[in-house]
Amino acid sequence: MFGFISRRLVMAVVVMFVVALISFTLFRFVGDPINQMVGIETTPEQREALRERLGLNDPIIVQFARFIMGALQFDFGNSYQFKQPVAELIGKRLPATLELSFVSALFALFVGVPMGVYTGLNRHSAISKLFLSVSLIGVSLPTFFIGILLIFVFSVHLQWLPSFGRGDVVALGGWWTTGFLTVSGLKALILPAITLGLFQMTLIMRLIRAEMLEVMRTDYIKFARARGLPSRSINFIHALKNTMVPVITITGLQLGSIIAFAIITETVFQWPGMGLLFLQAVQNVDIPIMAAYLMLTAFIFVTINLAVDILYVVIDPRLRTERSGL
Amino acid sequence: MTDQTTRPEDVAEKGRIARIIDSDIFHSFIRSKVTVIAAIVTAIFMISALLAPWIAPHNPFDLAQISILDARVPPIGMDASDPSFLLGTDDQGRDMLSGILYGMRISLAVGFLSVAFAAVLGIFLGLVSGYVGGRTDAIIMRIAEVQLTFPAILIALLIDGIANGVFGNLDRERWAVWILTFSIGLSFWVQYARTVRGSTMVEKNKEYVQAARVIGIPSFIIMFRHVLPNVMGPVLVIATINLALAIITEATLSFLGVGVPATQPSLGTLIRIGNDFLFSGEWWIAIFPGLALAMLVLAVNLLGDWMRDALNPKLR
Repeated sequence: MFGFISRRLVMAVVVMFVVALISFTLFRFVGDPINQMVGIETTPEQREALRERLGLNDPIIVQFARFIMGALQFDFGNSYQFKQPVAELIGKRLPATLELSFVSALFALFVGVPMGVYTGLNRHSAISKLFLSVSLIGVSLPTFFIGILLIFVFSVHLQWLPSFGRGDVVALGGWWTTGFLTVSGLKALILPAITLGLFQMTLIMRLIRAEMLEVMRTDYIKFARARGLPSRSINFIHALKNTMVPVITITGLQLGSIIAFAIITETVFQWPGMGLLFLQAVQNVDIPIMAAYLMLTAFIFVTINLAVDILYVVIDPRLRTERSGL
Repeated sequence: MTDQTTRPEDVAEKGRIARIIDSDIFHSFIRSKVTVIAAIVTAIFMISALLAPWIAPHNPFDLAQISILDARVPPIGMDASDPSFLLGTDDQGRDMLSGILYGMRISLAVGFLSVAFAAVLGIFLGLVSGYVGGRTDAIIMRIAEVQLTFPAILIALLIDGIANGVFGNLDRERWAVWILTFSIGLSFWVQYARTVRGSTMVEKNKEYVQAARVIGIPSFIIMFRHVLPNVMGPVLVIATINLALAIITEATLSFLGVGVPATQPSLGTLIRIGNDFLFSGEWWIAIFPGLALAMLVLAVNLLGDWMRDALNPKLR
C-alpha cells in the first residue's frame, strides 16, 4: 500500500517535471521573448541589456532552475499581450472556471446517475431506449455545437436565458468572485453548465447502466430478492453501492477533462474564465500564459489522478494485493 | 490458352466475395438496420465530399461566381429564398450547400490523414515496445502514460499553439491543414500503441515467431511481416472510432479559430462564421454545417460501435 502510493507520487512528480520542461522549452525557444516584450524602436543595446537583466544569457540549466523556482511560487512573468503578471490574470479568471466546472459536474452526476439506474433496471422500456439514443447523439454532437443549439433555442428563440458572460457577480473576500448569489449570475450559469456537463452525463449514465446490468445478475442480489427485501432497497442500497467504485474513478478523472473542455464552452458563451484566456493566448502566441495554464492544468490533473488512484485502493480492498504487484 | 478459360484469379476472387457474404460479420451487418443506414449515410457523405467540385451547385471559391448581392439568402421554404440556393447563402453570398460539400472534404481529409498518422505512429511504437521490451518499452509506455493524463483536445490545441509561434502568420495559412493533421494525429497515437503493444506481447511467445527467430529472420522483419498482420484487428476498430473523434477535434479547433483558415473553410470554420449571425436571425449559416457535421459523426460512431461488437469474439 505504502509502496504503491509512493510509486504513484514519484510518477506524479516526474509528470510535473516533464510538463515544466515542455513549458520552459516553449517559453524559451518559441519565438524570441525579448522581441515580444519590447517595441520596434528599442535599440539593440537596450535589447541586450534587457536580455542580460532577465538572465536570458545564463546557461540553460540555470534558466530552467530559475523557471522551476518561479513556477513553484506561481510566478511566470508578464503576459505579452496584457503586460500584466500572469499569476494575477489567471487568478482573476480562476473562480469563473471553477464555478462552471463544479456546477456542470453536479449536473452530470445528479442527472446521469438516476438515468443510468433507470436504464439499467428497465433495459427494454421505451424510455430507456430513448435515453440511450439521446446519449449516443450527445456523444456525437461536438460540445461547441451543443452550445450553439442551446443558445439558438433558449437565448435567440425563446429569449429565456442569457447567451454570454457571467451575469452580475459578487466579490467574496479579496479575490474570489461568485455568480451563485445573484439571479442573473445563476441564469447565466445554466446553459454553459449543461453544455459542459452533457458529455460527462452521458458517460456516467452509460457506465452506471453497464454496471447495474452486471450487478443485477449476481447472486447476492438474487439472494436479497429471495429474502423478500423491498426492491427499492435492493436497487438503491445493495446494487447501486457496488456500481460506485468505477463511477468514482471515472467521475474523478473526468473532472480534469471538464476543465479542459471548459476552453470550448467558455469560447461559445464568452465566459470570462481561464479557458478563454488560454485560447486568446494560443491565438496571440502569448507564451507566458500558455506555460502557466499548462503547468496549472497539469497540476490539477496529476493531483486528481493521484487522489483517484489512492481512493480506488482505499475503497476496494481487492485491488490492494493486485495493484501493489505492479 | 485462350481468353475463354477461367483464370484461377477469378475463382479466387469469386470465392473471396462469397466468403465475405457468408461470413458472420456480414450477417451481423445486414441484421442491424441501424448499422446499414449508418454505412449508407457515411458512404453518401464521403462520396459527395469527394465529388464536391462536380456535384456542388456553385463553386464557393470562385470569386466570379459569388456575388455580395446574394448574401444572406434564406434556405428554400422561407420568405425571400432563391431556388438556386437550396440551403441559403452566407454573409459573402456563398451557397451554403456547396460550402458544406467543400467543407466536408476538408473535414474528412484532415480526419483520415490524422487517423492514418496516429495509427502509423502508434502501431510502430506499440510493435517496437511490445516486441523489444525492456527499457525501450518502459520509455515509450511512460511517455504514453504522461500523454494520457491530458485530454487529446488540450494536446492538439497546445501543439497548434506552438506551431503558431514557430511558423508565424504568413506561412500558417498555407500549412494550416498539415499542422492540424499533425497535432490531432500526435494527440491520438497512445491508444494504438497500447493496444498493439498488448497483442504483440501475446503474439511474441507464439510458435511461429519463435520459429522465425530460430531460422534467423531479422527482428524488424518478424515484427512487420509476421506479427503486424496478427495485431491489426483491434486497430481497425480504434481507427473507425477515432475517425469520428478526429473529425470532432478538427471541427472544434477550427471553431475555436486555431484550425483551418477561412480561405479554405472546413465544417468547423463554417460554423464559426455562422455563429456571428445567429443573433441577427441568419440561423442557417451555423445550423446547417453543424447538422451535417453531427450526422457524419453519428454515422461513423454507429459504424464503429457495430464494428467493435462484431469483431469482439467475447460478445458472439
